[in-house]
Amino acid sequence: MSVSSISSVSSVHWFRKGLRLHDNPALLEAARGSHTLRCVYFLDPWFAGASNRGVNRWRFLLQCLEDLDSSLRKLNSCLFVIRGQPANIFPRLFKEWKVSRLTFECDSEPFGKERDAAIKKLASEAGVEVIVKTSHTLHDLDRITELNGGQPPLTYKRFQTLVSSMEPPEPPLEPLTRELLGNCVTPISANHRERYGVPLLDELGFDTESLDPAVWPGGESEALMRLERHFGPDSNTAWKENFERPKMSSSPLLASPLGLSPYLRFGCLSCRLFYYKLTELHNKVKKNASPSISLYDKLLWREFFYTAASNNPRFDRMEGNPICIRIPWDRNPEALAKWAEAKTGFPWIDAIMTQLRQEGWIHHLARHAVACFLTRGDLWISWEEGMKVFEELLLDADWSVNAGSWLSHSCSSFFQQFFHCYCPVGFGRRIDPNGDFIRRYLPVLRDFPAKFIYDPWNAPDDVQRAAKCVIGVDYPKPMVNHAEASRLNIERMRQIYQQLSRYRGLSLLATVPSNHMEVVGANESQGATAPPTCWRTHSSTSSHTGVRREQQGASRARHSITRQRHALSHRTSPYTIQSDLTERSHEFAIPKQPGRLIWPAGGGTRRSEKEEAGLNRCHGDDGPSSSSSAPKAQDDEKMQEDAEGVAFCS
Amino acid sequence: MKRRLSREREDSPSSCEGPTDSCKRVRQPTEDSGDLPPDWARLPQEILLHIFQFLPLLDRAFASQVCRGWNEAFHMPELWRCFEFELNQPASSYLKATHPDLIKQIIKRHSNHLQYVSFKVDSSTESAEAACDILSQLVNCSLKTLGLISTARPSFMELPKSHFISALTVVFVNSKSLSSLKIDDTPVDDPSLKVLVANNSDTLKLLKMSSCPHVSPAGILCVADQCHGLRELALNYHLLSDELLLALSSEKHVHLEHLRIDVVSENPGQQFHTIKKSSWDAMVRHSPKFNLVMYFFLYEDEFGPFFRDEIPVTHLYFGRSVSKEVLGRVGMNCPRLVELVVCANGLRPLDEELIRIAERCQHLSAIGLGECEVSCSAFVEFVKMCGRRLSQLSIMEEVLIPDHKYSLDEIHWEVSKHLGRVWFPDMMPTW
Repeated sequence: MSVSSISSVSSVHWFRKGLRLHDNPALLEAARGSHTLRCVYFLDPWFAGASNRGVNRWRFLLQCLEDLDSSLRKLNSCLFVIRGQPANIFPRLFKEWKVSRLTFECDSEPFGKERDAAIKKLASEAGVEVIVKTSHTLHDLDRITELNGGQPPLTYKRFQTLVSSMEPPEPPLEPLTRELLGNCVTPISANHRERYGVPLLDELGFDTESLDPAVWPGGESEALMRLERHFGPDSNTAWKENFERPKMSSSPLLASPLGLSPYLRFGCLSCRLFYYKLTELHNKVKKNASPSISLYDKLLWREFFYTAASNNPRFDRMEGNPICIRIPWDRNPEALAKWAEAKTGFPWIDAIMTQLRQEGWIHHLARHAVACFLTRGDLWISWEEGMKVFEELLLDADWSVNAGSWLSHSCSSFFQQFFHCYCPVGFGRRIDPNGDFIRRYLPVLRDFPAKFIYDPWNAPDDVQRAAKCVIGVDYPKPMVNHAEASRLNIERMRQIYQQLSRYRGLSLLATVPSNHMEVVGANESQGATAPPTCWRTHSSTSSHTGVRREQQGASRARHSITRQRHALSHRTSPYTIQSDLTERSHEFAIPKQPGRLIWPAGGGTRRSEKEEAGLNRCHGDDGPSSSSSAPKAQDDEKMQEDAEGVAFCS
Repeated sequence: MKRRLSREREDSPSSCEGPTDSCKRVRQPTEDSGDLPPDWARLPQEILLHIFQFLPLLDRAFASQVCRGWNEAFHMPELWRCFEFELNQPASSYLKATHPDLIKQIIKRHSNHLQYVSFKVDSSTESAEAACDILSQLVNCSLKTLGLISTARPSFMELPKSHFISALTVVFVNSKSLSSLKIDDTPVDDPSLKVLVANNSDTLKLLKMSSCPHVSPAGILCVADQCHGLRELALNYHLLSDELLLALSSEKHVHLEHLRIDVVSENPGQQFHTIKKSSWDAMVRHSPKFNLVMYFFLYEDEFGPFFRDEIPVTHLYFGRSVSKEVLGRVGMNCPRLVELVVCANGLRPLDEELIRIAERCQHLSAIGLGECEVSCSAFVEFVKMCGRRLSQLSIMEEVLIPDHKYSLDEIHWEVSKHLGRVWFPDMMPTW
């Protein structure tokens, strides 16, 4: 029995992200040919108090919902904010509202997918037709994964290549209007406000007394206004704002009235609308050239992380996450708290963290700075901890994008220059030499001369007294010696990467695995299910799973040779190992980035087969069970490695 | 049999969780023993040993419970040559530690078999103490390599020096054929190095002791004077002296292969001594192929004494901001340079400096640039001059400043062309 044959179609559109009326294909589906339409949003007030989302994020969300409600009211409809969990409440709604159609935007994230599958099941049990449309991302992410041979690409370059080989994203759809609604009505009960109204922030248990006005007001109307200003009449200014590198001033570090990232996160703004506006602007400013893919970098990085996370429920963890390198991070709650509460004693770091807490947004360079400082740069604290703090405070922190960025910043995945740490003094000074940004967010340092504002502990006593700020009294002393910490940390990262790349020479750069595939097998936690991992240096099947699985025979042979060499070298001199291995390391040299599709030379295709083989292998193990076997093989694998006597050469 | 297995599994010495899988694997043959030839136990020891070498420790432990023969194989010395002790506290680490029972077992039954031992220690003092406790019990073994590795903040430094020294010297005195020793970030001191020299001077080949503040130049000189087989040495700049270089280039001494120097500033404005060119020349004459790896973590104004004269550095790493001027001197005075990493530089482009380095450092094959600026055309010129010998080229995208000749989109083609392989700049996420 087809649902549409029933005389009366009663639709529910379920808002989650995608809090907008423009370019909302699922919403249009809900309106199409329906007699009634109800737009719902689920909010669990109990969850609100208990969750670790900060007040800025809740305020932004509620503003989005209010805006949505008022826009819907202009269409004689309104928003139903339902208190509770979808899985508990949908079955009742289906009955009560005689629902025949349920529509929502596709959620690509693992937990969203799980939740949606459960709701789909409930809907089908209730005889409700479900329509799902992709509109939070530019592309259908499954298509990208499919194009890459069934696994998400793991470098951004690879991702760019795939995307540029695809059709451009679909153009944005028109907004929902009265005309499109036609005869479709929204039945509103008298007690709608009490039952389904948008709650106030204090109803969710937040203290609103001491709250500053929102720097980032939520909602679709605000988003569209910003977009309009962004691409306003003065296209040259807009171009500069978007594409030219900011320099020598604090202004890019401040919240811009044109900023859009939180709006993209909550779906107040369609990424496809933004995409087409960018293209338009490009064509206006650079009339001759066709837009290069880097034009869309901001959108594509987001898309890249969504894709990478789509099939990986442990994307936000180190343990059990097949694409994450295991790094022996320090567990240090006090140091973490100093970072999160802007008490590190490094003005540049503390100003950024203050801005984040107050306003809910920081510039991407600032994100690099604080993330590097917390993890591989200075404090050696797990990126997962930093990710949680961002999740609480950052308006645009989405599960995939947030975790993905932290994986990158901490050099835990997606290959980075681990040898380059952002200096908590020098980096900020390069961007904003005068330190206006610091003065704004750390008024206590306001009177320091520019010369010392990034390292006030180096200021002579009289300068500190003149600035009415004595370091160690009015503002903390630096919590670490950056030179010493970065020396230690780079050495640790070098050792970790060295083990991964199985490179034993002296070169620091050569230890950065040049192809992400090598790291895919890096997580030991695959232990039992995937015996081979890169951590075992020379055991027979181990080393090359990632890269050259189809050559197992050959690689096995080579390993036995290496093994003998090692055995011998213990008797003679361990030093022959190094030169041997240094030479051998060239075998592993793989082009820097997987740009195979556009670069026919150099045996690219063979490599991509290997790459796929590696990926398949790893992802085959990426089941929920993989975590259970996690800690298993640790000791033993390392022993195995040591058995080859390469524990710490070089 | 089954009952025994499951009982023993519980008090199995291994620390690891999730043993069910491996257990099943082992149990399978015993349960189906009716169908299988029953002479597994008669597998020759050497074959068994070979198989065991491929098994993780936990699996070996399970296998050892199958029969007496396998149990004997489990304890064969060959399987206990190497061990890495992982010493972590739940309060300071996310990683699991080697189980205390396993440690006891090893000390009791296998310490005399150990040859290659390392300790991975987290940031807690307890872990460092535990490492010392184990060390001081290694009395009847003969270690060839020993590594003390801090995986987070160095914790050995927090121990009472005497406690650490006495544990370490137990190993020095008892293992008379130590060849490799890695003791970075520890409170090792001159007298303990004397003990090392007295017992292991004939065998010592590798010594890594970066950031050991209690060692003096005289202490390390004593090692270089006596240990003529030393081929690899890592230390901080304050221990480096002309005398040390001369001792390492004396006729009695074998060719040095690697020398790693960390130049770290403890407080801004620190003064550093200079090393004579003649001392470096002596080194190069004696060990023409030796690698000199230098890591600099200095403030910009502390570079005064460095790169004034020719220096045989091969791998050069600038961890903090370094001035254009110093990089200019690098181009002039580092003819043996193989790898150069510059993490940060001022706001002026490094164009001429790079070109000069390409011109004069004929062996340069790896370069990494972080927060620096280079114009696209100068960079292309640099790559063109170095050509295919540039095997590692790691450049942040922001480093490259587009100019009239090349845009950012064009540069990867141009550079790829000169390198003969696909190349892209490194990118950080913008989100």
